[in-house]
Amino acid sequence: MTRYLIPLVIFGVLVVFLAIGLGRDPHEVPSPLINKPAPPFKLAQLKDPSKTFSAEEMRGRVWLLNVWASWCITCRDEHPLLIEYARGGAVPIFGLNYKDKPEDALAWLGELGDPYVLSVSDLDGRIGIDYGVYGAPETYLIDKQGVIRFKQIGPVTPDIWTKNILPLVQEMNRQGGSR
Amino acid sequence: MSSKRMLIWSAVTCHRFVMRQLGAAVRKAAIPTCRDRTPNRFLRVFVSIVLIGSAAIAASAQLRRPISNDPPDPAVEQRLAKLSQELRCLVCQNETLADSRADLAEDLREEIRTQIRAGKSDQEIIAFLTQRYGDFILYRPPVRPKTYLLWFGPFVLLLGGLALLFRYVKRRRDMIDEQPLSNADRAQAEKLLSSAPRKETT
Repeated sequence: MTRYLIPLVIFGVLVVFLAIGLGRDPHEVPSPLINKPAPPFKLAQLKDPSKTFSAEEMRGRVWLLNVWASWCITCRDEHPLLIEYARGGAVPIFGLNYKDKPEDALAWLGELGDPYVLSVSDLDGRIGIDYGVYGAPETYLIDKQGVIRFKQIGPVTPDIWTKNILPLVQEMNRQGGSR
Repeated sequence: MSSKRMLIWSAVTCHRFVMRQLGAAVRKAAIPTCRDRTPNRFLRVFVSIVLIGSAAIAASAQLRRPISNDPPDPAVEQRLAKLSQELRCLVCQNETLADSRADLAEDLREEIRTQIRAGKSDQEIIAFLTQRYGDFILYRPPVRPKTYLLWFGPFVLLLGGLALLFRYVKRRRDMIDEQPLSNADRAQAEKLLSSAPRKETT
């Protein structure tokens, strides 16, 4: 009996492993930046390049940094969702306009609406490298101490918004004021 | 080697070469869409088809051109080439940073170039990249508890297989019942042997 059972068990284990493997997106590489301080940056604002914005200014607040670009097709899909989330007002969304032409980016916001408190221009993608960006859109949730607590690679779907981001935002808002 | 075999061999080699070049061309051609992670297969295939011809002809000589206008420093380029062979492009994950034409790969090569010029060691540069992109960027995963299974698993399997084989062979040997030759058998065997025609030895 065991003679036939053993191959069957081995086969079953293999199927389970392969099924798990098939269900995973190989593009989603876990970021080593989770629970690490958000890399500092100081960049010109998209809408007013004479002004700058730095990650430091957000100390004491919970915020989202969304990496986007007008050339990014998936960002276009994500955009209406971001507008909806921004309207909800749960957490301020800031944009990192990644390797984009400012005029294209501005046209994009003009056409589709602007969910961002403000966007900054990462023209050469150098800050993107610091944040380990490899495929827009990417979204970082940063807490009051300036630590990255969550990263979404690809669009922030309603599922991820309600299941991952909102609970974390609530938890982060409850605990620890600005230190 | 006969001329016919020679011909087949060269045909096979040639075919392999062409297929490999084509593969590289398709991969490279697909990158403009590959960067964005939308699985837009139609566009990707279309772009591939359009670009195969031109990309195959343009060949690899044009790749990996430094972005900056400074004249390339051969020592820096050599170190960059060696380093980037060991690193994965995160956009097109089956390509090394050296091979990939994705924008990100270009940026990262430029970053590595800058760091080499700034006198950073290879370890420092690799640490810089793994801090941002994780171990996944390394084609050679580091040995640590999390990767023990990956590194030593095959050897464990090999030893396990050997143990099973050993047990199996031993059991089979035990199954053979050795019966000593009886005197009658021996006599019969000798009779048979002696009756066999002898070979003349001269």
